[in-house]
Amino acid sequence: MMSEETRKVINLLEPGHTGCAGCGQAIAARLVLKAAGPRVIVANATGCLEVYTTTYPRSSWEVPWIHSLFENAAAVAAGMEVTLKAMGRYEGIKIIAQAGDGGTADIGMGCISGMFERGHDILYVCYDNEGYMNTGYQRSGLTPPGARTTTSPPGRFSYGNRTRKKNMPMIAVAHGVPYVATATVSEPRDLMRKVQKALEIQGPKYLHILVPCVPGWGYESELTVELARLAVETNLFPIFEVENGVITKVKKPKETRPVEDYLRPQRRFAHLFQPGGEKVLEEIRRIAEENSRLEPGPARLFGPSLPE
Amino acid sequence: MRAILEGSKAVAEAVRMCRPNLVCAYPITPQTHIVEELSHMVADGRLEAGFVLAESEFGAASIVLGGSVVGGRAYTATSSQGLLLMVEVIFNIAGLRLPVVMTCANRAVSAPINIWNDQQDAVSIRDSGWIQLYVEDNQEAVDTHIQAFRIAEELMIPVMVCMDGYVLTHTMEPVDIPEQEEVDRFLPPYRPKYRLDPDDPFTMGAMVGPDAYMETRYHVHMDMMEARSVIQRVADDYAQAFGRHHGGLVETYDLEGADVVLVSMGSLLGTMREAVDELRKEGLKVGILKVRCFRPFPKEAIHDALQGIEVVGVIEKDISLGLEGTLCSEMRAAFCGEESPNISSFIMGLGGRDITVEEIKQVARDLASNPACRVEFRGLKEELLRGDEG
Ligand SMILES: Cc1ncc(C[n+]2csc(CCOP(=O)(O)OP(=O)(O)O)c2C)c(N)n1
Ligand code: SF4
Ligand SMILES: [Mg+2]
Repeated sequence: MMSEETRKVINLLEPGHTGCAGCGQAIAARLVLKAAGPRVIVANATGCLEVYTTTYPRSSWEVPWIHSLFENAAAVAAGMEVTLKAMGRYEGIKIIAQAGDGGTADIGMGCISGMFERGHDILYVCYDNEGYMNTGYQRSGLTPPGARTTTSPPGRFSYGNRTRKKNMPMIAVAHGVPYVATATVSEPRDLMRKVQKALEIQGPKYLHILVPCVPGWGYESELTVELARLAVETNLFPIFEVENGVITKVKKPKETRPVEDYLRPQRRFAHLFQPGGEKVLEEIRRIAEENSRLEPGPARLFGPSLPE
Repeated sequence: MRAILEGSKAVAEAVRMCRPNLVCAYPITPQTHIVEELSHMVADGRLEAGFVLAESEFGAASIVLGGSVVGGRAYTATSSQGLLLMVEVIFNIAGLRLPVVMTCANRAVSAPINIWNDQQDAVSIRDSGWIQLYVEDNQEAVDTHIQAFRIAEELMIPVMVCMDGYVLTHTMEPVDIPEQEEVDRFLPPYRPKYRLDPDDPFTMGAMVGPDAYMETRYHVHMDMMEARSVIQRVADDYAQAFGRHHGGLVETYDLEGADVVLVSMGSLLGTMREAVDELRKEGLKVGILKVRCFRPFPKEAIHDALQGIEVVGVIEKDISLGLEGTLCSEMRAAFCGEESPNISSFIMGLGGRDITVEEIKQVARDLASNPACRVEFRGLKEELLRGDEG
């Protein structure tokens, strides 16, 4: 076994896994662990990250790590926390539950809600790549409007996904979660600071990270970080922090870019630039505009009004 | 201590004395009284365990899974729809080799929704990799829960104690509640063979492909087979320590020279004993085989117990729709390749329908006069079948 000192300096999520080159989720997960340090226990939902890091008999995890099911990472983590406390072994340990957007906002919602409501001391991290990537790029409740997925294909009667992204951070805020934040891989220092800050707060914490997916979004693998940056600069993925129900920080792009700059490099949006796509582009611009109005102050439900 | 207790309270006492580190459940009739009693114990400080009221049975099962992977002794309880909602986690707990103990207060399964007792819930998940022990009365329920933790932790296989809803959970019976020191001597603290710990990191629940998956299933199967001797030994040890034995895998009653043997699981055995006593007085030689351990299935013990028996009737409160009672099918497997007794399936008591002593006696009489293998429902209401009621 490696000494704790060694484990502090190495990658706690080791390379050599079978994730795609340029996987945004792999970058984010490595940063999360780097910020959290070795004294964590991780409960991971089924999804890309779980599959490509633990192909038996290999594992990329240098921390104690368990995968149980697709929709129960929050509950497994809750059981760990309560039991370690009851056994007097919790001191100095941090517990992280993590899942993709599907494992979080769709199938995992019940367990997460229970974990939030009961106030477990857990950091929940959602790696949002806006679809069920592990099973071949199907839509999720966090797929944005207009996106082509294998279950929301454009066609004679379709311009891709019809629904807006479910507002997970505000769902967490509505549960009274004391610390809720968003981040993305173009801002690694910001991401790590948020992890560290979260882990110092008692109770449930929710961190929502946008993680571009090379084949799912359809772009060249070297563009991962660039796309994450563009998502922020076009106001399509707002970066903010909510502490005890108050938005304390919103990262405003220095210069706002048109949404097309973010959409064009991605094949999942290519059909929007064909005749007829303008209506959806309009909708996307409206979302960006709504997001741009996000300001510090009491968190209110912003974002999703129903699409037309 | 001898006390007159409701079955649920007696079970809660037994669980408390097993010193669990985590208790987590979600209420469902008829399991509710167990969880309520445990809640009282926590509120009064009589039980010092992590205690979680989950948002669903799926959550509850996942939470006890989490408690178990960090090395805690974890307990949950459910019934019927709750058990079915847990199913994905139930398989997962067994595959991860976690020694969780659960009480299943057996209840019928929806639709139609029905809160009364039968055993369809637990029987439906027989292939999940959990040991299933069915108890006959509340004393056996108490004793079996204490045994369950020892069996589970020795084998790293989860154990489900099945007790008939209402019939046992809601019935007052005199029970001997052991002393805490006696339980402590019988059930030492849980020393996990592996657990998630930052001091010694390892990965659990990895993705295993066609190159190794089968071997993992083989191991679980072989350990389940091995569990039969452990279940027997723990029951024997328990008898040594507490003076009570309820059968390890199976128990027989009046098998000597029996012309007909009736087989069942759970609380029905009590009624069957009465029926058999009366039948013997009336001159019909009927015996009983009680199947206490349904998984792993005690083929050899059943085979040996039924040597020389020609007619067997399995009375059960479950059905594999489109075939017959599940226990009946499995009984036949005990005689594969050999001359088998005629084993018939009698489906009775579904959804809480009463099974009377007289009905059981009639099954035995009918088998004595016609030993042919068959599948029959007993206790059906003709008028409902005809649709007279609307
Ligand atoms: C109960 C259940 N339903 C469906 C699946 C199939 N499945 C596995 S991973 C997955 C999608 C994962 O999506 P997400 O959580 O967004 O993670 P990603 O792979 O995109 O990182 C699905 C549908 C499953 N494993 N379990
Ligand atoms: S499919 Fe997407 S999420 Fe999955 S490994 Fe590849 S880049 Fe990462
Ligand atoms: Mg995803």
